[in-house]
Amino acid sequence: MATLDAPRIVSSRRDLADSFTLNRYLETGGYSALRKALSMFPESVASEVDKASLLGRGGAGFPAGRKWSMLRRAPISYLVVNGDESEPATFKDHYLVERDPHQLVEGVIIAAYALQVTQAFIFLRGEFALGLERVQQALNEAYAHGALGSKIFGSEFSLDIVVHPGAGAYICGEETSLLEALEGKRGFPRIKPPFFPAVTGLYGEPTVVNNVETMSNLPWIINNGGEAFAALGVGRSTGTRLFALAGDVKRPGVFELEMVKNTFRDIIFDPALGGGLAEGRTLKAFIPGGVSAPWFGPDQLDTPLGQDEVGALGSMLGSGSIVVMDDASCVVRATWRITKFFSRESCGQCTPCREGSGWIERIMYRLEHGGGRMEDLDLLLDLCDNIAPGLSWPPQQTTICVLGPSIPSSVHSALSMFRDDFVAHVNHGGCPHD
Amino acid sequence: MSHFHADIRQRAEELVALYPRQRSAMLPLLHLAQEQDGYLSDEGIAEVATLTGTTPAEVRGTASFYDMFHLEPVGKYVVGVCTNIACLLAGGEELLEHASSTLGCAVGATSEDGLFTLEETECLADCNVAPCVQVNHRYVRTTTPETFDTMVQDLREGRLDHDVPSHGTLIRVKRQGGLRVAKSDIAAERAEALAARTARAEAAAAQQESK
Repeated sequence: MATLDAPRIVSSRRDLADSFTLNRYLETGGYSALRKALSMFPESVASEVDKASLLGRGGAGFPAGRKWSMLRRAPISYLVVNGDESEPATFKDHYLVERDPHQLVEGVIIAAYALQVTQAFIFLRGEFALGLERVQQALNEAYAHGALGSKIFGSEFSLDIVVHPGAGAYICGEETSLLEALEGKRGFPRIKPPFFPAVTGLYGEPTVVNNVETMSNLPWIINNGGEAFAALGVGRSTGTRLFALAGDVKRPGVFELEMVKNTFRDIIFDPALGGGLAEGRTLKAFIPGGVSAPWFGPDQLDTPLGQDEVGALGSMLGSGSIVVMDDASCVVRATWRITKFFSRESCGQCTPCREGSGWIERIMYRLEHGGGRMEDLDLLLDLCDNIAPGLSWPPQQTTICVLGPSIPSSVHSALSMFRDDFVAHVNHGGCPHD
Repeated sequence: MSHFHADIRQRAEELVALYPRQRSAMLPLLHLAQEQDGYLSDEGIAEVATLTGTTPAEVRGTASFYDMFHLEPVGKYVVGVCTNIACLLAGGEELLEHASSTLGCAVGATSEDGLFTLEETECLADCNVAPCVQVNHRYVRTTTPETFDTMVQDLREGRLDHDVPSHGTLIRVKRQGGLRVAKSDIAAERAEALAARTARAEAAAAQQESK
């Protein structure tokens, strides 16, 4: 049975039709956390976030508090919010920016106060036309309400927030690439080190980059205390998290669940959540954390939805998206489409990723559409090994950013789990499902 | 003589003023150029270059990186059908094929009447309504061939003009309010806050020591 008694931290207003308006936000406790935060010292606000041990909700799962504290050695210049949500089958930030933009804005103001930053940017992917409108509208209302701008709520703290649209590039979710886009350039990830924008960020100045969902947690944390947040979940995975469930389930959607307390079986099959598969279908495989993550099979269904729990089994919770494939789905076709995605989205800076993704995509294409050869199976693994040597998890890196090492995940998983399906494609001269 | 119409030019100048460095306004300005022309014309690119303090070559070089920017004219409606993993499992490829026959144009091409350009997109982050379809970057949520055809008919007959505005993802994004703080004020404010924080930390350390 799924455990559903945890408080809704970021999706408390999901059933309200006008959840995105200032009036509704104020009626449901909005901006009270900001008032409270402004009555505290900035470092006390930061320390509440430390106590919450809030892990970044973007994909890498890095502790948000540590991102902030690394910066405290030098004054921070900019706060940038990453809303470039583009990991396939991830749609939680889409929900947050459209349905609860004030919660995001309040979180950003609180974070800016804790960091003593006076300029923040909210980077949203350009395809979120409505999201861009809603967030700008929320900012306009916040300025008029005195929650943003000069001397916020009569305090000595001033802040400006600018909404910045992306323009259709998956790679801009990578934080250094996002900063390049924000500087008006091609979204090429920057060479590491320095590993963190905290050292060299926007315009070369110290910058904090946090995800939309991470920011949206802050009002609740300030209102209820970091310890109350840390009391939810287990171990390093504290609080709740938005999980985006997609693919072959009856009820795909975004669900807020307490970390670790539920399993993949719960979210996929519970009638209140995914509702199970279509009649007569059985589970073939699922991807636990975005298409960059290695796949799981029915044997891993009872794995708890926690960062370390999934990590221990050689995959990742990543962006919090779960893709379900039933027994009628063709895994070769699915793998081909995923590699086609990476091939299209590789920025082209590094040879292993740029060339490797294209080669893998073409081989996957001929396996799926006819013309595949038996030796292609080993060739695929060899190519994957050239991109991420050893095919271990977490992967070895031969490229500037982690897009490259994400390419082998699906190919390696599908080949290990369903080699027979690949063989059938070769023997059949194309997809037997067609 | 500005290529941008007066209102677009004004919004462009306001956008440039929002950023610490003018080049940062590149992507929003390119969206504005598309809002006016439907695509990035040579004149539009030249004007963005002037406004961002770059050259037309730099603007074109930047724009060509991003999928949403069109370097050639497109139809009045850019129809995007997603075929990425969640949509693939829900029949995205079949819907894309259907869209191609309904609109009468190949994927990546524009229909003869200049009304539609069809694109195969990557994940649009609306996977609970799969396969996902966007028109001019508005979710139209037509997941079946039948609803897709109805939507196209509605577009043709102007019934979706409100839901699907013309080009430009920023066409309805209007900034009101805001804050223009002088750099010197920010620096002074920050120095003061830092001094206060250091004093608090020292006081706390001294208290710790006296215990």
